[in-house]
Formats: sequence, C-alpha cells, structure tokens
Amino acid sequence: MTTQVNGLDSLALRADDMATQNNSENLTADKHQDVEVLETIGENILENPKFSTRNVNVFYGEKQAIFDASLDIGQNEVIALIGPSGCGKSTYLRALNRMNDTIDSCRVSGQLKLDGEDIYDKKMDPVLLRARVGMVFQKPNPFPKSIYDNVAYGPRIHGLAKNSTDLDEIVITSLERAGLFNEVKDRLTAPGTGLSGGQQQRLCIARTIAVSPEVILMDEPASALDPIATAIIEELIDELRENYTIAIVTHSMQQAARVSQRTAYFHLGKLVEVGETNLIFTNPRHQLTENYITGKFG
Amino acid sequence: MNASALIFIIIGLSLISYFSGRHRASVSAKSQTLIALPKHYGYMTAIWSGLPALLLIILWAMFKPAYLHEQIIQSLPASVILQAQDQLDLYVNSINLAIENGEPVEDPIMQKAMESYQVADSNSKWILTTLVFVIGLSGIIFSLTGALTKVQARVKVEKVIRIFLMLCSAVAIVTTIGIVLSVLFEALRFFEAVSFFDFVFGTTWSPQTAIRVDQVGSSGSFGAIPLFVGTILISLIALIIAVPIGLLSAIYLSEYASAKFRAIAKPALEVLAGIPTVVYGFFAALTVAPFIRDVGQSIGLTVASESALAAGIVMGVMIIPFVSSLSDDVINAVPQAMRDGSLGLGATQSETIKQVIIPAALPGIVGGVLLAASRAIGETMIVVMAAGLSAKLTANPLEAVTTVTVQIVTLLTGDQEFDSPKTLAAFALGLMLFVTTLVLNVFALHIVRKYREQYE
Ligand SMILES: Nc1ncnc2c1ncn2[C@@H]1O[C@H](COP(=O)(O)OP(=O)(O)OP(=O)(O)O)[C@@H](O)[C@H]1O
Ligand SMILES: [Mg+2]
Repeated sequence: MTTQVNGLDSLALRADDMATQNNSENLTADKHQDVEVLETIGENILENPKFSTRNVNVFYGEKQAIFDASLDIGQNEVIALIGPSGCGKSTYLRALNRMNDTIDSCRVSGQLKLDGEDIYDKKMDPVLLRARVGMVFQKPNPFPKSIYDNVAYGPRIHGLAKNSTDLDEIVITSLERAGLFNEVKDRLTAPGTGLSGGQQQRLCIARTIAVSPEVILMDEPASALDPIATAIIEELIDELRENYTIAIVTHSMQQAARVSQRTAYFHLGKLVEVGETNLIFTNPRHQLTENYITGKFG
Repeated sequence: MNASALIFIIIGLSLISYFSGRHRASVSAKSQTLIALPKHYGYMTAIWSGLPALLLIILWAMFKPAYLHEQIIQSLPASVILQAQDQLDLYVNSINLAIENGEPVEDPIMQKAMESYQVADSNSKWILTTLVFVIGLSGIIFSLTGALTKVQARVKVEKVIRIFLMLCSAVAIVTTIGIVLSVLFEALRFFEAVSFFDFVFGTTWSPQTAIRVDQVGSSGSFGAIPLFVGTILISLIALIIAVPIGLLSAIYLSEYASAKFRAIAKPALEVLAGIPTVVYGFFAALTVAPFIRDVGQSIGLTVASESALAAGIVMGVMIIPFVSSLSDDVINAVPQAMRDGSLGLGATQSETIKQVIIPAALPGIVGGVLLAASRAIGETMIVVMAAGLSAKLTANPLEAVTTVTVQIVTLLTGDQEFDSPKTLAAFALGLMLFVTTLVLNVFALHIVRKYREQYE
C-alpha cells in the first residue's frame, strides 16, 4: 500500500498572487513572510498522540492532493482542519481511516499510525480500522432504509446490542445526541432518504456515534444545519471529547474556534500551520493562515 | 403520383417551410422581441406543411382498397351482383388480378369495371396530390406573413411532440391488445369444443387422437396440467442454475473484479446469450443428457435418455447473461456514497453488498430474473431436443417431459384443418402461457415494491 515517491519537489509552493502582499507594510516583523510553504509551522507534533501521521502524500492518479503533511492528533482532542475549498482536507481525513482505498486511482504514502500501529500495514484490516475510526461524510449519505435501520446498521453489524431493547436504546440515544430524535420519533420506520438535507446530516452523525468508534472524523458535519442544530452538534462534539478523539473539517472559523483545541490550516495540499486554536485565530504565524482567517482570500 | 413520390414532395415542402419560417422569424426578430427562437417558428411551419398532408396520405392508404372495391361493385350490372357471395368475390378478384397484371380482358363487364376502377384511382390521386400541395403551400405562405410571429411557436411544437410520443406508445399498447384479443377469440373457439375445466385441470394430454373424427377415441384429451408442470419443472431447474450463478458473477464483476478483468469477462458472459438455441439444443441432447444418464446409472438411478434435468441445466446456462448483465448494470448504478457509508461504519465488503447494495439494486435484479424466466418459459428448441415430447405428468427431473411451447409447435406443424380442436388448442395454450407470465410479472412487481430500497 505504501509507496514512496522520490524526486518530488513537493515543498515548493508558488503563490504568485501573494507576491505583491509581501511588501505591504502592515506585516509584523516576526511573521513568516515567505509565500513558499517549506515546512509546517507550529505544534504539529505531539507527545503520545492518538493519531500520528508523518510525510503523508496522497495522489489521485498523477495528481498530488496532499504534500508531505505531518500532523499528530492527541487523545481526547478535537482538532479542526480548515482551509480553502479543494485544498485537501477531505483527502487527508479520508486517509486516516483508509476510505481512500475505495478510490481506484488513489495512493497514499508516508507513515500513518493509530495508537502506534501502522494503519497502512498489511496486517491492518481496514474493516476493523474503520470500526475504530468512524466517519461522517461531507455529503450526507443515508442508506435507503428506514431511519431506525440507518442508525441500527452499525450496531447490528458489530453485534453491539444483546437484544432488541438494547438496540432500541442505542438508536434512540444516538438520535437524541445528534439532535434529531424529536423530529423523527413518530416516523422511525420512514426511509432515511426522505429526510431534509440537514436532517440527513444529523442522521449520518447519529449513525456514526451509534457504533462508538474511538476516533470520529467529521467532514463538515454542520454545513447544512441551522444555528440551533449546529449548536446541538457542537455540544455533542464537546461531550464526545471526553471519550473520543475528533477531527473536524469546517469552513466556519467560529465553529472551529468554538469546538476545537487545535487547528490545522491546509493550503493547496500543504499543511501550512498548526497550533492552539485561540492562538491561530488571534495570532497566526504564517502569512497564508492570516490571509485565510482574515478573509483576504480563499 | 404515387404515395412514395407524394411523401418526398411533403418532405420537400416541409423543408422549404422550415427555412422560410425560420428566416421570416429571424427577420422580424431584428425589429421586435419574439416569444420563441427562430428555429421554433421553422419547426412549427414545417409541421404545419407536412403533418396534415402526411396524415391524409396515411388515411387514404387505409381506405383506398375499400373505396376502389366499392367502385368496382357499383360498375357491375345487377345480374352479376345478385350472384352468390362467394361467386361474386371470385369475380371481383379476377378483375383485381387483371388490373394488377395489366392484361387486356374480353369480358365487357369486366372491361367496364376496370375502367371505372382506373378513373376512380386516377381521380383520387389527383385530388390527393392537389391537397398535399395546397396544405404544404399554405404553410409556406403563412410563414411569410407577419401573423407567424404572433404564434406561441415553442409551445405549439412542444404540443405536437407530446402527441407524437403519445401515439408511439399507443401503437405498442394497441398491438399488444390486438394480439391478446386475437389469441383470446381463437381460444374461446377452442373452449366451445373442449370444456375449460377439462383443459385447465385435466391431467392427460394427448391431442393426437383427435385428428380424424371417425377414429377411435376421437374426443382427444386436452388436459394442460402435464404441460404446465413440465414447463415449470424445466424453468425452475434453469432458474436454479442461472439466478445464483448470474447474480453472484454480477456481484463479483461489479464489486470485486478489476476494471480490466471486467472489460473482458462481461462481454464474454454475454456471448452466452448470443449462441443459437439449436446449438444449445444439440449440446443438451448429445452431451449433457447422456452424461446425466451415465452418472445416474452409476449411482443406481434410472434416468431417461431425454430428461428435464438436461434441458433445464443447458437452458440455465443460456439465460445466465440475462441475470448477470442486468444485475451488473444496476449494481454499478448504486452510488459510491452508499458503499462509503457502509464501509465507513466498519462493515465488510460482503456485508455492504448484502445489506446495502442488493436491496438498492433489487428492482433491476428482479427485472433480470424475470427476463430470464420468460426466456426459459418460452424456450422451445432445447426442450424438443433434450427433454422430449412425451406429456408425462411428473415432478421427477430425471424423466422426459414436455412444455407448453413445444406442444404449440407440434400442434401447428403438420396438415390439419385450422379449426380442429387440435390446432385451436395451440391458442388456448398460448393464452394460458400469457396469463402465467402476466401473473409472474405482477407478482414480481409486488415483491419489488415491498422490498425495494430506493436511493436518490
Ligand atoms: N476522487 C478524486 N479523484 C481525483 N481527484 C480528486 C478526487 N477527490 C478529490 N480530488 C482532488 O483533490 C484535491 C483535494 O480535494 P478534497 O476533496 O480533499 O478538498 P477539500 O479540501 O475537502 O475541499 P472542500 O472544502 O471543497 O470539500 C482537489 O483538487 C480535488 O480536485
Ligand atoms: Mg471536502
């Protein structure tokens, strides 16, 4: 699975449109002013991480989507992945539970470890990995089954419920925690595909937490939600943090600031800066990060 | 002018009116805003010039024979007309023949009839040609006037298209109804001779005894049960072979196989459907049937040299592609997001297939199975060659049986009168077969409705 690619000039990042901004006077002296991302700035390496990834490169056929990203994710941490559209957030996230395996053209290289085990090792079974590392996809993808069966799907497969009352309990608590139960309690047998976009998104969250994975990867879980539902999901994330590790992709800075302890900023496939969330948003160290969070581009 | 020349004229006139309509519209588009694009005005005027004229020709083609026949009859003197009906028919036929061949005739009555035929024929052609031109030119003239651009051309064209499509589907439906009705009426004639209950519930099939009225046992027995049991037996064996193999290979091809292997294997599998059934037939009779007999004998079973099992197995192989190809297509059509969702929850690939993909693809799979089943039920050649003709009522696949379609063939080959019960029995069998497949379809539709999991 792991292929090393040599002779790759992966660290050079041209951002010609940025060249003019280098000279603008409102830059602080200690800021990294180079437009080339030579290496990731900040605290991307942790002691005793849950997930440890080193020099991750991801290719779609000839096209490289992630360049040499090294990032650790700590135990019981919520890390936010931010960056402009198409910068590779989903790609990086999918590399963490080997969902990229399903894409024929996709290759991943580098070292990715969960609890010290290489997840791209031959001995690692992607099925077991995915049971430990759950994922909420960017596009809601409920099964064409009833709402109940959607949530019960994972627990049934993994034999998490001893009997049907147990299963009912799991389904109901999962739906409650995702903030969906009140809306669907009268129609648990109706098809999940008949829900609205935001409801489907919460159904998929409920489905994922129903199997209690150790790590939950969330790809823009609140993109279609109203402020109230968003608040419920953010509360859920806070609460899940006690027992789980969470990586969340989001386009909302406020959301990243509210739910995460650390934030990683990706730019054109490169991991530009990683740091404590409040520091990243108050005092970004890289020019590209500052441009992004102040809305100058992206 | 004859009909084909007229059709060319219509096409020409429509083309001219298309261009003139489009041109006129684009000219006025310079000075005012039109409600449709110039090409819509073109289409509309072309339809105006062409469609009514075309309908006229079709109508004329339908009523022409009757009209001309009437002309001939009217020209005949009373003495001829008062003949017996069949003699009159014969006489008119000979006139028609003479007209067709262009031979000169002696009989003055005939000559007169031919003359009036020809006058009527050429008059009607003139009228038709004139009408076609008038209609076509009226379209062109209309397209040149300013009134054109006030019409909702786009909406009108849309309406014509809708009606046209409706007519097309109506043709299919009317044809089906026509076939069913004609089979039904012939079958009813059969049921005048043989009681319906004897036919549907009778357990002996031996129509051969009814060839001649004076024969002993001339009543014949038309109990269809053995035929249907034979049909069901062979089809079941075929489906037992084809459904698992077809479905599983479709799953393998679409979910596990590499794109390269798939590109080779899928067409290769489809070749199976292209082999002529005669080839399957002699393969069944010469290879499979003896093989089954030998195997059966070696373990102490008595196997007929022609057996339902042999025919069923070979038929099963033949219909594998119907199941696999259709299933493969629908399985591929299940969105990748469904698979991702399931795999992302830690399901294995086979769990994903069983719980998500198959339910989502069910309608297509059932469709494929139905298609295969109707092929199996309708298959004749393999059965004739490998399962025999003897209408024995048995559920033992090792014995020779026969099927409905085989019996229909044997009933209609040879020289019998066309309204003997023996021949009419073919229609009754056909009707029963039709009803059976209809019931099968309705049943399958019901299953699909019940278990289908629809994705968007
Ligand atoms: N299946 C694929 N095949 C080929 N290229 C892909 C595929 N998926 C993603 N890419 C490419 O990889 C790059 C990163 O895509 P990715 O989906 O990770 O972006 P993203 O950061 O999640 O963007 P967004 O915020 O819009 O979701 C993009 O340039 C994209 O075109
Ligand atoms: Mg994405």
